[in-house]
Amino acid sequence: MFSTFRDFVMKVVLKPTRQVMDLKIYVCVKHVPDTAATIRVGTDGRIDEDITFIMNPYDENAVEEAVRLKKQVGEADVVAVTLGNDTAEATLRSAMAMGADRAILVRSAGRPDGITTAGALCAAIRRDGPADLVFTGRESIDAEGFQTMFRLGACLDMPVASNVVAFALEKGMVRVTCEMEAGDREDLELPMPCVVGAGKDLNQPAYPKLPDILRARKKPVTVVDQDQLQVPPSTSRVEMVRLETTAEERHPKPLEGSADKIADAIVRILRDEAKVLE
Amino acid sequence: MDKTGVLIEMRDGKLKPSNLAVCSAASRGDGECIALLLDDNESAVGATLQDYGVDSVVKIEADDRAIPWNPEAWTAAIMQAMAHYGIATLLGLASVKGKILLAGVAAALDAPLVMDCTAVDLDRHAAVKPQFSGKALAEFVTHGERHIYGLRPNALPAVKAPRQSRVETFQATIGSSRTTVLNVRKGASDRVDLTEANVIISGGRGMANGDNFGILHECARPLSAAVGASRVAVDAGWVSHTMQVGQTGKTVTPKVYIACGISGSVQHFAGMKTAGLIIAVNTDPQAAIMQKCDYAVCADLFDIIPALTRKLQKTAD
Repeated sequence: MFSTFRDFVMKVVLKPTRQVMDLKIYVCVKHVPDTAATIRVGTDGRIDEDITFIMNPYDENAVEEAVRLKKQVGEADVVAVTLGNDTAEATLRSAMAMGADRAILVRSAGRPDGITTAGALCAAIRRDGPADLVFTGRESIDAEGFQTMFRLGACLDMPVASNVVAFALEKGMVRVTCEMEAGDREDLELPMPCVVGAGKDLNQPAYPKLPDILRARKKPVTVVDQDQLQVPPSTSRVEMVRLETTAEERHPKPLEGSADKIADAIVRILRDEAKVLE
Repeated sequence: MDKTGVLIEMRDGKLKPSNLAVCSAASRGDGECIALLLDDNESAVGATLQDYGVDSVVKIEADDRAIPWNPEAWTAAIMQAMAHYGIATLLGLASVKGKILLAGVAAALDAPLVMDCTAVDLDRHAAVKPQFSGKALAEFVTHGERHIYGLRPNALPAVKAPRQSRVETFQATIGSSRTTVLNVRKGASDRVDLTEANVIISGGRGMANGDNFGILHECARPLSAAVGASRVAVDAGWVSHTMQVGQTGKTVTPKVYIACGISGSVQHFAGMKTAGLIIAVNTDPQAAIMQKCDYAVCADLFDIIPALTRKLQKTAD
């Protein structure tokens, strides 16, 4: 039964040192236009959605970290949550292929602002939770509202760490490194539950393999309509009144000649045209 | 309530120049413009701020001293100052800290927030901001009791509008924070932050390796420029992701953007298309960037950049 006395001590007397924790981890993800997609705006002021959509790139880092954490602690329920229309299920399936256990799709009909988005995600997490941790990407690459995680934090009454590039769970506390400006780094300690906004340097998301993708098809997705969540209405609102694509209007002038001559021309441009030289 | 607050940011004890445009945007007609300052400082920032339309400078402290940086404590202190002075509209920079603090305040007050604005019209509560990484522009109108806007650094002009400003201190009451700031590690101190730089020199596939970025840093020094990179250079492991300009990196609006050996993908343009001038250096005349820049240099960056560095060093002497 025990090969040596040492083995007996390790297995019975000292017990496993790795603590097995049963965590409930939510990952808020967003279904966004592919970075390479050409954005067209229709007469109704909405974008033409007949383009490729993907999971928001920073949310991939959020899912990856949640799945790694699950492997580390042993027991965890990793739930991907999104607010979107039926097509957003594709992003939830991607999250499950990456290792999330199940998903919640909050079906929205309209065009939600950051306030309604966070309200709906928060209500969905509350209903399913309670959450021990909430991961999300540091920003979405479509609306770039830079606020969902902070509104989630306020609504769920959790502290928030944004721009996270290193994450660890130590003795029940969350330790993160955040990227600040000009390459500064900051180490924070937060209690659980908390909201973690993943940055690109947090990890390298693994590409799911075919069996993972097939398994993800069978994992459960709970669908709930936004109205069903009965989020108390906010008196605040951010209304989009106009959306238009930006035109590219640059007319390149060639700079030619020897390297010396070109360098002189650039100095003149920097000094006289851009006025960035004293 | 006609009072507008401006969240002032300092770096290394100095006022960030990009604050001045925020003061200009906040200062209007009869409304009072109040600058809120949390950083520990001895310098006379009030004198500079009053030239740009600030009526009063409020130093926010707790227990008669500057509040050590903590996102939760600072957010709470800003909210107390807003309540005390009756600030209905709050503006700040869409910088790293600005994004944390403005969003934290907006979330706690359940107030509308538009981040990364390139134009604001405070009387209409309207703001314009890029969407889809600059592929589109959207105008928003905010509804609520309070309105919060984060302005993209360098996107708006700083306009002199001298006023006589007072300097006063506001004592906030700070409880315990759930978040503990364990330490702050400074990056390279001579490096300029990409999002705030006037000039950016970026390298892409044409750089060939990480060591070659040294020539960009040398050229950047006399210009006080920041060095950026395309995704190709980051994915190849030549430089860190903190230097990436583009849709999944940083969005920048420098006065001049010098692209070296960068082909100019849609994703890269998404991050730098609002630059004042774009100078492209590329050996391939067919590269996308050569058609979408202001000055196209069809030559080897390894010839051009060192030559430019020598000229700039001479100019600086």
